[in-house]
Amino acid sequence: MNHTIVALVDDVPGVLNRVASLFRRRSFNIESLAVGHTENPGVSRMTIVVDSDDTSILRLISYLYKLVNVIQVEDLTTKPCVTRDLALIKVKADTENRAQITQIVDVFRARIVDISNSSFIVEITGDEEKIEGFIEVLRPIGIIEMVRTGRVVLARGAAPLYASEKIIDTEKLATAAG
Amino acid sequence: MKLTGAQIVWECLQREGVEVVFGYPGGASLPIYDALHDYNIHHVLVRHEQGAAHMADGYARASGKVGVALATSGPGATNLVTGIATAMMDSVPVVFITAQVHSKLIGYDAFQEVDVTGITLPITKHNYLVTDVKDIAHTLREAFYIARTGRPGPVLVDITKDAQQNSIEYDPDSEPIHLRGYRPTALPVEDDIQKAVTMIHSAKRPVILAGHGVLQSGAMKEVLEFAERTQTPVAMTLLGISGFPASHPLNLGMMGMHGEAWVNHAIQDADLLLAFGMRFDDRVTGDVRRYATHARKIHIDIDPAEINKNVRVDLALVGDLSQTLEQILKHVKPGRHDEWLASINEMKGSSSVRDIQNLPDNGHLYAAHVINDLWNITKGNAVIVTDVGQNQMWTAQYYRQDNPSQFITSGGLGTMGFGLPAGIGAKFGQPDKEVWVICGDGGFQMTQAELATAAQEGIKVNIAILNNGYLGMVRQWQEFFYDRRYSATPMKSPDFIKIADAHGLTGMRVTTRADVETAIQTARETEGTVVIDFRVEKEDSVYPMVPTGSELKEMIRRPLPAAVAVNEAVKVEA
Ligand SMILES: Cc1ncc(C[n+]2csc(CCOP(=O)(O)OP(=O)(O)O)c2C)c(N)n1
Repeated sequence: MNHTIVALVDDVPGVLNRVASLFRRRSFNIESLAVGHTENPGVSRMTIVVDSDDTSILRLISYLYKLVNVIQVEDLTTKPCVTRDLALIKVKADTENRAQITQIVDVFRARIVDISNSSFIVEITGDEEKIEGFIEVLRPIGIIEMVRTGRVVLARGAAPLYASEKIIDTEKLATAAG
Repeated sequence: MKLTGAQIVWECLQREGVEVVFGYPGGASLPIYDALHDYNIHHVLVRHEQGAAHMADGYARASGKVGVALATSGPGATNLVTGIATAMMDSVPVVFITAQVHSKLIGYDAFQEVDVTGITLPITKHNYLVTDVKDIAHTLREAFYIARTGRPGPVLVDITKDAQQNSIEYDPDSEPIHLRGYRPTALPVEDDIQKAVTMIHSAKRPVILAGHGVLQSGAMKEVLEFAERTQTPVAMTLLGISGFPASHPLNLGMMGMHGEAWVNHAIQDADLLLAFGMRFDDRVTGDVRRYATHARKIHIDIDPAEINKNVRVDLALVGDLSQTLEQILKHVKPGRHDEWLASINEMKGSSSVRDIQNLPDNGHLYAAHVINDLWNITKGNAVIVTDVGQNQMWTAQYYRQDNPSQFITSGGLGTMGFGLPAGIGAKFGQPDKEVWVICGDGGFQMTQAELATAAQEGIKVNIAILNNGYLGMVRQWQEFFYDRRYSATPMKSPDFIKIADAHGLTGMRVTTRADVETAIQTARETEGTVVIDFRVEKEDSVYPMVPTGSELKEMIRRPLPAAVAVNEAVKVEA
């Protein structure tokens, strides 16, 4: 099953390497990974999508906590969240299909952000399903190049992740044990 | 006070209470070595950086303090790698300081530049690259703190040459340690303590599995108290040896692949396993699917990542062992397990020292005899440092250690060549103790160069080489599992007496059991490091042995001498 793990980490050189290296070493396969700054100076946020069963994820989280630069880890898979992915797609656009593309873009609430004689760049944000649907529709028209950010998520409600002081959920571990 | 980075390095070490550093200099570490003149820290010049790493490791294990090893950039740093991995696998607190090329040259494949923080990322608890003199002090402070707290481990600090050379105003208390993501301590919740107590009270056939964590947490007293109050027998992992007195009636001995029969039987028949600071390594569980299937399992460990990693447990208590046991001891009532202990003892009686008694009396010298005699002569009181292979297992089986931190061995990584340098380090860690290094002819030659270090330092370690002319443990596997097709295991060795002699040290050779005692006594009385070449039985094997993938009760036993075979077979089957 796909899990969405969010890790708050120290914004220091090499931290991405440490996290990625841990996934490799413990044989976890990263489906997507997005990193960026947060509201707290010196703290970066990683959103990692990984395909694994629930027990392994608990183990993965405790491995992540072994890294000194990892401040907090949360599995947001089953929590209510806003989930987004962003894609930039360069499609073939000649005089004949420009109207058709514009129409599709409207339906999906995407945006055309660049126009050349023979192409558009289209920007779309949304959950992965929506983006995949959009790509499928564009594919027959001719996708020249594409880039995606990978999943980013934010839990719903007012409380930030960082507020939770409970770090290693040893109770959860113990329950999983029992 | 304005100091150079190099001076700050030594200031910091001094502040951490470091008395001895094991190292080897080079171009990039020249400033650090120059500054050493002004500090009262003893530097042991090794012969290979791997030796420095193992010495710092042996020192840490013997003293309970943080060990320190120092190497130059490039090849100096890469030579440390085996030693760092060894310390990592056994959770030993060592701070490795490596010099790095000038910060402006990093990334340009400069002379003797190597990405040592990259290389050691998976084999350190944490590591740092310091390129600015102002970061040296707080980084070293963090490094020591991380190395010794929580589940201990090696930390590497790589310092560029310009950071060593530049000067700043040094204020030791400038920056407090601030590691947001590092929380080394935890304590189980009271609820879980209660659950544990209930499970303990209802157990009929409990066994304690004591690991390295007992020693590292300093929980010897609590484990003893717990075992005695609840009358629970104690089995030990290889690294757990010396955490519980071997002479105690509740001591079972070592578990696992080369554990005694009654220990593994007790584990397989138990209804409650109390795992104290151990991690269910595959060498102790055998086939995990058939491991202690009747037993409920309580796992106490400081590292949450060990919970349910190898074996699924019924209750996990994440926390420091001695503190957690203290909590448990507040509620645990005295218990008795007379029947259970009697049944184990019966098994023990039928196979106790069975292996050593069954050695054929053919005038040959057996390794088991050497270790047994050494134990007798030293009254179980020496610091014992082993290498890896058969010598290690025989020592674990026959040197019954009563004192904590006096059995030192490379468990997790199984690093040949560990013995001699770790023994030298251990001597620095416990200078008043008698230190014996036990190694094979193969492993000794891996780091034999450190004899010169021992000689130069004028320290005394006694080295017993169990010389069987083979890479014995591998030969044993070839005998058992590859039809005795010995491939690359016969080994011709130099004359070890001459080797000792060449170092200005004493060498001896023993070929019969009758001469063992005199040789050991002579070695003890001789000044300086002594090498004894024990010419032991060439094709002897370590018994019992649980082959990989087998269940713990499925062990290969030492073949019985023909005369007693019939009699014994009946007893053992019954
Ligand atoms: C550095 C290293 N290389 C290889 C091995 C594999 N290995 C394990 S035991 C062993 C044989 C050791 O032979 P020796 O040192 O003579 O000791 P003995 O087993 O005969 O006591 C070998 C080669 C190892 N553990 N470490």
